[in-house]
Amino acid sequence: MTTDTLPRVFAALADPTRLDMVSRLAEGDVTVSRLAEPYRMSLQAVYKHLRVLEEAGLVSRPPGPQPRPVRLEVRALDVLDTWIEHHRRRVEQRYRRLDAVLAEMEGDDRAGGDHRSGPEVADHPDRP
Amino acid sequence: MPEAIIEADPKLPIIRIARDFAATPERLLRAHTDPELFARWVGPDAMSTRIEHWDARTGGSWRYVSVRDETEYRFYGCFHEVRPDRIVQTFTFEGDPDGVALETLWFEELDGRTRLRTQSLVDSFEGRDAFLRSGMEVGVNEGYTKLERMLADGTA
Repeated sequence: MTTDTLPRVFAALADPTRLDMVSRLAEGDVTVSRLAEPYRMSLQAVYKHLRVLEEAGLVSRPPGPQPRPVRLEVRALDVLDTWIEHHRRRVEQRYRRLDAVLAEMEGDDRAGGDHRSGPEVADHPDRP
Repeated sequence: MPEAIIEADPKLPIIRIARDFAATPERLLRAHTDPELFARWVGPDAMSTRIEHWDARTGGSWRYVSVRDETEYRFYGCFHEVRPDRIVQTFTFEGDPDGVALETLWFEELDGRTRLRTQSLVDSFEGRDAFLRSGMEVGVNEGYTKLERMLADGTA
């Protein structure tokens, strides 16, 4: 994976039309004309979007008889999976701290509900 | 379910997480509604948090500030609903005031444990992916660099 792959993938997916194209292609290959149907834009504009997706490695148009279908390159979406896994690990770390707090609460409850106040810690914009 | 399970919905800008805890639903709920308890687990050790406002009741609201290396990150939202088995709340990062996530947490009693399921609905897929990326805790470009490195050395 080259250094510029990720920004390119994210930039390609940051457009609602292109994102919609990708989610439709996830259900199977379609021709450009079929792909263009729902969008209120010229075929030229659709080709422009496709070129961005192709350059990001998200779609390909395998050579063959016309009309050539557009195909989603599932491997490019692995990038997103990588982010999700990273996020998952952070969530898991947070929940392990919660495990510890819950265990302490059990002790506190037995001792009469007196909460031991620990150092206050906080979160970052990754908190769901 | 020993570890958190996370999934991004392919059709909606939603992130879902599920995780089991060795506690009763009541205790797990309290760890989410008591500000002092909440502040103890909600963030990385490298940050300190200041809860500025906290009213964990139906119709209440919350606001807190996280500080890392003198950079402050502020978050706020409303407790739309707080019930024994669920919390519905909004979540906004002050750096992105136009973005609001609608979060639902379900506390489900299992045999002696509690399953916590959360769902975050954000404004757009772009917002969702930014949300996932923000876990890198660094600027986007740095994040790419870091991720590339992790991919290269096999830690990602």
